Amino acid sequence: MKCDVCEAEASVFLTQIINGQMTTVNLCEGCSKSKGVTEETGFGLAEAFVGAAPRAVETSPDLACPSCGFTAAQLKKIGRMGCPECYDTFREGIEGLLRGMHKGTRHVGKRPSAIITAAPSPKPRRSSVPAPAPAPGMTSTITTPAITLKEETPAPMPPDINKLRAELDLAVKEERYEDAATIKAEIDRQTKDTAAK
Amino acid sequence: MMRFSTLIKNPADWMKGSGPHSEIVMTSRVRLARNLRGFPFPGFSQEHQRIELLKAARPVVEELPEMRDGYSVDYTELSKIRKQVLVERHLVSREHAARTTGCAVVIDRRQSISVMINEEDHFRLQGIRPGLNLRGAYELVDRIDTEMDAALPYAFDGKLGYLTACPTNLGTGMRASVMLHLPGLVLLDQINPVIKAVGKIGLAVRGLYGEGTEALGNLFQISNQHTLGEAEPEIITQIEKVIEGVIRSEQTARAKLLEDHHTMLSDQVGRAYAILRYAHVLTSKEALNLLSMLRLGADLDLITNCDRSLLDLLLLEIQPAHLQLGAERELSPEERDVARAEITRSRLQGIQGPPDLPVSPSVN
Ligand SMILES: [Zn+2]
Ligand SMILES: [Zn+2]
Repeated sequence: MKCDVCEAEASVFLTQIINGQMTTVNLCEGCSKSKGVTEETGFGLAEAFVGAAPRAVETSPDLACPSCGFTAAQLKKIGRMGCPECYDTFREGIEGLLRGMHKGTRHVGKRPSAIITAAPSPKPRRSSVPAPAPAPGMTSTITTPAITLKEETPAPMPPDINKLRAELDLAVKEERYEDAATIKAEIDRQTKDTAAK
Repeated sequence: MMRFSTLIKNPADWMKGSGPHSEIVMTSRVRLARNLRGFPFPGFSQEHQRIELLKAARPVVEELPEMRDGYSVDYTELSKIRKQVLVERHLVSREHAARTTGCAVVIDRRQSISVMINEEDHFRLQGIRPGLNLRGAYELVDRIDTEMDAALPYAFDGKLGYLTACPTNLGTGMRASVMLHLPGLVLLDQINPVIKAVGKIGLAVRGLYGEGTEALGNLFQISNQHTLGEAEPEIITQIEKVIEGVIRSEQTARAKLLEDHHTMLSDQVGRAYAILRYAHVLTSKEALNLLSMLRLGADLDLITNCDRSLLDLLLLEIQPAHLQLGAERELSPEERDVARAEITRSRLQGIQGPPDLPVSPSVN
């Protein structure tokens, strides 16, 4: 299998289900490193944000986390949060993204002991959960969510396959892998359609 | 706490290739991402905040019953080569090793559990078991996690689960991964459909190890990509089920190699043995690929007196930082190739090559 970027033999195979469709990006070791695809973060990564959320973030790039000052613009740029409280601020903006990234949008599984004993509220908020005694030097911050991020809507794909190929090249070059995967899925779909005719 | 040299001196049980399905599954690893409330994530925090968190949390980790007699080190006090040795042993991540101030790692005596402090998340807890045993690896980190939870205020959200720096880790914060040795599927050119099938289920597959441009040593890592919306046991059961399928494919491929491609197989194994046993210059890539063939030969009894653990340890010993640690100095790539050949020759000294095979029907 060839690397999608440089044609060398690929050794990193990233697969994701996007909108119910399986797409794979193949990268060689060198490209995966230079693109920051690490063993740990896999595919989701910063690029997922850069690719999928710009519209949402553009609506209010100045929206900032009251706890750490992290802004929507920074979120768009690095694809990671500034602090745990950021999730309250950017919660709605990332829900659509999480749907594409994960099996669900609601956590199931292990919970901290303090939370197991607390009665679950129908719509739990982290800040409503009693905190265990903070370790020395630690502060816990209560924040109120201030959410105006727009839910993203999937952009319609342009029909021309050559245009799609060019877009794919660009997406890979700019390290927008989520975009790349979406575009590739569309190309595969169209190629299949054409072959079927 | 123990010294670095003591930690490294004895190989961990998971390095010796003796777990369920060890002929195909090298290791099972599970890591959990955890963070504390009220602190910015390491990637967005000030140095003094990282140091503050480290000061508060490191003693807690060091005092855990499992970690008490282990190894603990602040990265400002750890040389580049030693860090790299820990990376090669999978005890710390490459990303974590690249950091310094405010970072530390605590590793248990048996080198089965490691807790990285101020990685991408405040904590990355990792457990390793030999062979296919994700459940066992999860039990290791689950216990540590529960103990840490009792002492530290974890950042958790009722809906999003454990809050992590990157949204890809939300929910369980768990990444379960299995390292597989799949030479049979590669030799028969059947690896791509297997990779595709695994990918279809939403798991990530990567060929890896080393610095080259291909799936070196026929080693592949399979791990979950989703962390939100499924409980830990479900995720683990699903991966194990998939891995069992891959194991069956690899077993079938090996049986087919023995049956239908005996000459090619014997040739590959024989060449691997000959080069590894007598070479004086060995690049990383060449060594990994040849060791893969030798391991296959040993697993299929084409080489009879070769212990798998010897090969799996050698796989670690020939990596750059391990070579330099042994030499007690930095080595140039050329020097490393010589050192690699030397240690390989010496380790294989007592191993007999494949016996002369009867002339195969294809020659007659
Ligand atoms: Zn490449
Ligand atoms: Zn924040």
